Amino acid sequence: MTLMSIKKFSFTYPGADEPSLKNITLPIEKNKITALIGPSGCGKSTLLRSMNRIHDLYPGNKYDGKIELFNETSKKYENILDIKKENEFIELRQKVGMIFQKPTPFPMSIFDNVAYGLKIAGIKNKSELQDRVENALKGSALWKEVHDRLGKSAMGLSGGQQQRLCIARAVAVKPELLLFDEPTSALDPISTGAIEELLVELKKDITIAIVTHNMQQASRISDYTAFMYLGDLVEYDKTENIFLNPKEKQTEDYITGRFG
Amino acid sequence: MKRLVINKIVLALSTLSAVLGLAFLAWILITLFVKGLSSFHLSLFVNDLINNGLRNLIIGQFILAGMASIIGIPLGMVAGIYIREYGRGRYANIIRNLSDIMMSAPSIVIGAFVYALVVVPTGHTSGFAGSIALAIMMIPIVISTTDSMLSLVPQELREAGIALGASKYKVIFDIVIKSAKVGIMTGILLAFARIVGETAPLLFTSQTSNYFTLDLTQAFPSLSVSIYDLASDVQTSSRDLAWAASFILTVMVLVINLTGKFITRNKK
Repeated sequence: MTLMSIKKFSFTYPGADEPSLKNITLPIEKNKITALIGPSGCGKSTLLRSMNRIHDLYPGNKYDGKIELFNETSKKYENILDIKKENEFIELRQKVGMIFQKPTPFPMSIFDNVAYGLKIAGIKNKSELQDRVENALKGSALWKEVHDRLGKSAMGLSGGQQQRLCIARAVAVKPELLLFDEPTSALDPISTGAIEELLVELKKDITIAIVTHNMQQASRISDYTAFMYLGDLVEYDKTENIFLNPKEKQTEDYITGRFG
Repeated sequence: MKRLVINKIVLALSTLSAVLGLAFLAWILITLFVKGLSSFHLSLFVNDLINNGLRNLIIGQFILAGMASIIGIPLGMVAGIYIREYGRGRYANIIRNLSDIMMSAPSIVIGAFVYALVVVPTGHTSGFAGSIALAIMMIPIVISTTDSMLSLVPQELREAGIALGASKYKVIFDIVIKSAKVGIMTGILLAFARIVGETAPLLFTSQTSNYFTLDLTQAFPSLSVSIYDLASDVQTSSRDLAWAASFILTVMVLVINLTGKFITRNKK
């Protein structure tokens, strides 16, 4: 089933003449990992950042087309580009979380980091907070390493641990879709491996979209892959088809390393 | 060969300039310490100026600077937060530039401004007028510190907060300010050190007083203005007292400054 359906979507940054994304149509399938690949400047991060409208932190962006998110309660697709009110934005971001390239631990304890989104969502009950924090940390394979120092500052963790903490923090609010913007490009191979395993584990409960520069990573973990080039979606298919039998020449050139 | 010679000349010249600059600083400090210490006595902390002590002046100076902080720090911080986090484009830049200009405004001009604004309408000098003048000096420093410390917080941190469903003000107050806390605190401390030794803004706003008072509606005792008065007095004993007062004021400012530096270093 399709969780998010992007239809004829174009995006223009403030002050730019040309759109950075042109007429993109792409489904994000539920409980699957969709990888967005392509050379720098192809618009893959711009597309990812449109999916929870984090772009709207900065004014003057222009959206065209539709990005429809399936609403579990009304059983209908709703266009997230129609959102205008602050509380609707908050609701959207609780459904569609995001992990960044560099780990972004908040300047507070490990516990408070994971509890932050929960408290924002209005959960005040202490034992419920404790349970959800513990579950999120277990789900992010971090519990064993940090269970005896939950009160310590998150800044003392290693880069890989910080990134898993950020994942735990995002997972804790039980989003439907998690967006990963090159989550391992600042990490060593061992931490990268841990995060890749974690993503595959997470997709049982959460749908994942990931931007990556690393094609091995895309082929290892993703179910679907979208290849983008200069603001266009060149090809979208099951990952094995993209990597073994690409239909477009540009895709083949890119994944065989002939350009990009 | 030629490059080596030029290198040596440049090195010699820059060393000389550095030594010269430091020599003057050392000269000032040594004079201050020698003259100040010879007139220094613990009884200065017990008696008020009317009994040849400095107690009322030291307390008065801190109250003036403290009142200025109560006015200046919140205003400056909120303005700094506005121009960094909320302000967009032109408006934020206009305020930022105005604040920078205000920072370099001569302090005597600020004194004259507050004189016209507060002292003339109320008919007399007062501790409040002095505090307002000091607050006006402090605000642009606090604005600039807050602004630059917030600008050091990585943008991803704000985005991460927003992506968790936090509203903008929550992100600013829970995450951004917390990250910049040490820098902002240090900046505020240095701003305090900057105003605690000021004379010109107080000269004709709060003036000074020989007596101990906590009444801010009247002329208010201040160390710096009294130094000015005492130093130009004909009596040698007054001038000695001025040296002692200068010594105490310098040590106070130095201690506050070093505390600020110490906090920043420990953090790094």
